[in-house]
Amino acid sequence: MWRYMGRKLFVYALTFVVAVTINWMIPRFMPGDPVRSMLSRGSVSDPEALERMTAYYNEVFGLDAPLHEQYLSFWAGLFRGDLGISVMFYPEPVVDIILRAVPYTLALLVPAIVLSWIVGNHFGAFAARSKVLDNTILPAGYVLTATPYMWLALLMAWSLGIVAGVFPTAGGYSFALTPGANWEFVSSLIVHWFLPFLSMFVVALGGWAIGMRNMIIYELEDDYATYLRALGAPRRLVRRYAFRNAMLPQITGLAVQLGTIITGALLTEIVFNYPGLGTLVLDSLNNRDFFLLQGIFLFVVVGVLIANFVIDVVYVLIDPRTRVQMTGGSS
Amino acid sequence: MRSLRLPAALVAVALVATACSDSEGAGGGYPREETLYTTGTAWGPPVNWNPLMPGNFAVGTKGMVYEPLFHYDSEANEYEPWLAESDEWTGEDVHVITLREGVEWTDGEPFTAEDVVASLELGAYSAVHYSNVYNMVESIEATGEHEVTVTFEDNRPQEWMNWAYSEAIVPEHIWADMDEEAVTDSPNEEPVGTGPYAAESNTDDRMVWERNDGWWGTEALGLEMQPRYVVDIVNASNEITMGMLDQNEVDLSNNFLPGIDQVLDSNDAITSYYDDAPYMRSANTAWLIPNHEREPLGDAAFRDALAHAIDIQQIIEGPYANLVEAADPTGLLPEWDDYIDHDLVAEEGFSYDPEAAAESLEEAGYSDEDGDGFVETPGGEPISLTLEVPSGWTDWMEAARVIADNAQDAGIDLEAEFPDEQLLVENRNSGEFDLVINNEQQLSNTPWTYYEYLFEHPLREEQTTGNFQRYENEEAWELVEQLAEVPAENHEAMAEATSAIQEIQLAENPAIPLWYNGLWAQTSNEVWTNWPSEADGPHHPATMWNGWFELGAIRTLAEIEPAAQ
Repeated sequence: MWRYMGRKLFVYALTFVVAVTINWMIPRFMPGDPVRSMLSRGSVSDPEALERMTAYYNEVFGLDAPLHEQYLSFWAGLFRGDLGISVMFYPEPVVDIILRAVPYTLALLVPAIVLSWIVGNHFGAFAARSKVLDNTILPAGYVLTATPYMWLALLMAWSLGIVAGVFPTAGGYSFALTPGANWEFVSSLIVHWFLPFLSMFVVALGGWAIGMRNMIIYELEDDYATYLRALGAPRRLVRRYAFRNAMLPQITGLAVQLGTIITGALLTEIVFNYPGLGTLVLDSLNNRDFFLLQGIFLFVVVGVLIANFVIDVVYVLIDPRTRVQMTGGSS
Repeated sequence: MRSLRLPAALVAVALVATACSDSEGAGGGYPREETLYTTGTAWGPPVNWNPLMPGNFAVGTKGMVYEPLFHYDSEANEYEPWLAESDEWTGEDVHVITLREGVEWTDGEPFTAEDVVASLELGAYSAVHYSNVYNMVESIEATGEHEVTVTFEDNRPQEWMNWAYSEAIVPEHIWADMDEEAVTDSPNEEPVGTGPYAAESNTDDRMVWERNDGWWGTEALGLEMQPRYVVDIVNASNEITMGMLDQNEVDLSNNFLPGIDQVLDSNDAITSYYDDAPYMRSANTAWLIPNHEREPLGDAAFRDALAHAIDIQQIIEGPYANLVEAADPTGLLPEWDDYIDHDLVAEEGFSYDPEAAAESLEEAGYSDEDGDGFVETPGGEPISLTLEVPSGWTDWMEAARVIADNAQDAGIDLEAEFPDEQLLVENRNSGEFDLVINNEQQLSNTPWTYYEYLFEHPLREEQTTGNFQRYENEEAWELVEQLAEVPAENHEAMAEATSAIQEIQLAENPAIPLWYNGLWAQTSNEVWTNWPSEADGPHHPATMWNGWFELGAIRTLAEIEPAAQ
């Protein structure tokens, strides 16, 4: 068990180092100079002033040191929780900005992932035993899975927001409010949260339902199911065993899908102008704010790694076969 | 159906929340009927309120919080005293400005002549963007508590009045002791101004201004700012802006929204300045900027051919759906009509004329010898040019394609390319381009700003504010300097000076004026009415763009009226 965990941890640590390194490299080797662009926004035209200010900002952002020193100090800063200073929000530290946006993204992601997974699995299992559902709702599921997040989000914003006028289409809360712990603000948060959440939930739902439905049908035709039925076990019992077995690949699927889902969340946020990490990514790209961009990606990478690790642990707990493998037994 | 219970519950919660926020909407926050929602100014989160950092400060900092000495009424072509009460040129080089009494900074300190002196003296720091104006002043003195006397060493009234109407006066008791770095690099998070609004709060996607009820202008000018709050929303995508306008979540949008003409025609609640095409007023000129350091764009005959080859109507009717108008061959905005030498334009100005383009090319020795359909230089070198506009600027991208097609029809090998905006700006500033489109120079108090933009001399390694085409003509620059020296209210002398410049401009076409970009302003009449309109409304610009408050836009905030509930 511990050897398995240790091996997993090692792989994750290695992934982390590689991800951080690439993350560090990309902004530095991309065309375009963040300091220059910041100054050109300020329309500094005097060449002397331009030079002086460039030197000043290069020092502020630590861009005047040799590359290897920049790399090392980046790691050092990382462990201190210091990701540098944002260009767009100058002079606010990147970490503060990200921490402000993270709650919004998590509030979208976690319920959307968890709920779509739970509901999708149950629904898929349910559909597998009903001919009518199988023939009507499942095709709809195929359409949903194939739908890009962005497009569905646009469609929802248009139909439920603009035409029906039920939900607002932009922002994290009403533009008429200042954040505070009152019911009005909270209700505004929920209303603004609902559409982006729904679009992510619906897109993910179809995939899980289809996967589950196929797995259930496969499991029900497996030998153990036939055997159970031959013994005269009740239908419910057979289905319960089939469901449990069908769950395993779905969990693996969740781990694999996480990255895609997060990308989807970023796009959804952009469509709804939701003040989470996705909108921040777009803004920082538009403003050439590499430090912020780098910080966000780092955050996303860490998030995906942690989530995958949790799923790995869960997998050990629910699938006895992995435990057997780990203790040296053969399957 | 156990599986559907959870989503159903969520829908219920969300619907309840909708109902609640509707019914309680008026209770807290910013009451809808007292709040003006605007968008179209900010491209990033508000993080800076320093009027000496143009391009960085939240739009409204200058105009709503900090105010200049004068405003300029472009329609009447005259200066309106603002923080100044009156002014007089007592000598050829001496400008005496009398200031208003009873004006207070929002921290309670009185506004005096010392504030004006301190503001201009900040120009002593070379990093301050108006150090060039400070350099032409011999002395600036407070000759009374409310009187400032400016003596010029190098008198260029046009340039001086440009400063006086467009730059903010900052409080001496806060700014005078700051060092250069603080002046040009501090975010100035608590701006203290004299203006009708003060910063209330801000988050990443909005800037909220609250009315300053003690503003001097209410009494002195009879202007009562109508909205108690102005919430300026950071630009989102076109779809979101369109949706918010449609849902009355935004009252004034200063974005270019493709297809807005259809909305204006079909939705009575949403209006613009003109009822029909072009719907919007003109705000600035879009120029085709050829890089004179690249062959053959340095050749006036070649530029002349290019100017004749472009079919502007095709751009106006195509990508713009008649939302813009073709520019005058001088590029001067309609407001500056008095300064256009129309006889000269009739004689020398260009228009779409492919035959004339072919003639120009032939006369100057550009011909297609190798038979590939495109001309070569007189020396036989092939010509291959690119026209760059920022990726994502869809209207400009379409326009660039039209221009490239037109040029190819005329035998000039021109391709449209769409690099990232930031990259384009860097390459443009350092001269690494063939052709770009640019519209950075806005309407102002004097056409001198346009000519400075076109002829700025001498060239620097980095051209960040004007003369991106790197055109060198000392004679033209001298004429521009002469224009700067014309007394600001002497319109005839100004027209004479501009005519002399236009003679060179039309012969050389250093940059080719294309169309007038609109003062994009679509307004919703659900909550606020009496928006500026050609037919039956006030005529001040309805915009929150930077640099327009001083051109009368601030008056629009006093002229709009709450819609009857």
